[in-house]
Amino acid sequence: METKDNQGQLWEVFIQSKPGQAYKHVGSIHAYDKNMAIENARDTYTRRGEGTGLWLIPSSEIVSVTENEAEYFFEPADAKIYRHPTFYNVPEGVTNM
Amino acid sequence: MDLKLKYYFQIADNALILSHRLSEYCSRAPFLEEDLANTNVALDLIGIAEATYGQAALIQGKGLTGDDLAYRRPENEFCNTLLVEQPNKDFAYIVVRQFLTDAFHVAFFSELTKSKDTFLSALAFKSIKEVTYHLRRSSEWMVRLGDGTEEAHVKIQTALDSLWKFSKEFFLQSEADIYMEKEGLGTELTNVEIAWNQKIREICIMATLKHPPSNDGQVSGGKSGRHSEYLGHILAEMQFLPSKYPDAKW
Repeated sequence: METKDNQGQLWEVFIQSKPGQAYKHVGSIHAYDKNMAIENARDTYTRRGEGTGLWLIPSSEIVSVTENEAEYFFEPADAKIYRHPTFYNVPEGVTNM
Repeated sequence: MDLKLKYYFQIADNALILSHRLSEYCSRAPFLEEDLANTNVALDLIGIAEATYGQAALIQGKGLTGDDLAYRRPENEFCNTLLVEQPNKDFAYIVVRQFLTDAFHVAFFSELTKSKDTFLSALAFKSIKEVTYHLRRSSEWMVRLGDGTEEAHVKIQTALDSLWKFSKEFFLQSEADIYMEKEGLGTELTNVEIAWNQKIREICIMATLKHPPSNDGQVSGGKSGRHSEYLGHILAEMQFLPSKYPDAKW
């Protein structure tokens, strides 16, 4: 029985639920190449009418903040309440803000 | 048997039996995503079979349903080709069987859109989107394996050489094919075969595979109800429940 990981590269899947909307991360899939990645994503995530667009990105290409860096990356923002647009009222009928 | 009905069975039985073969493979694919993709194809094929049996049952009247036609017909009334009932010997056999059938389905349903039978042309328009996607996937597997490692190349070539003898039965004209074509209700199988041949050659070149030499040694019989040893086993399993518990309900 084969036990080593031979499932290919990991890819991150983003779906656009309606034209014009932002792509949202929904999960990941395995694949060996671009075609296989987009097909596997289609078969795994969009078979129940979830989307009108698909983006695939190799997980290894994603740049992220490490746990060690998180403190000085994010915490300074918490202390400055005046940076948050919480003092405005969102007009009624505005969606997708 | 009514020739129009037999024509419907040819379409539905190919879809149902290939779908059953794919469903047998559920949970056994090399990795999860491929497993989902394969069973998705199986579900699409069930959809084609279900619609066609349903319409065939309506034509027959007698209060029959599509399920009766799938689950209560004997082996010798099934009109699927020998190719689709061939077993899941290994992944290469599954890919080749799928590729040869997908290429047929795309060529066949493209022609069938011109049918004067409103059900068949509607079925063709709906199915063409599904089978085009199936063909894209199976063609890519042919190329990926054929043009892949030495081992993959040998396996896919072996499967192609071995299944080739069943591949031309799609184009062998049955009485039903001749009748439906004459009435403008069916397709011209010669056109379907030309398109199919072209696709097979194209993919063989891309996959660096040797195109099997000729039409010699082709085996057939399925379309006229004479099946290989495998269909009986498939039906025994598939029809077990309705034969044992005829009134069983979901």
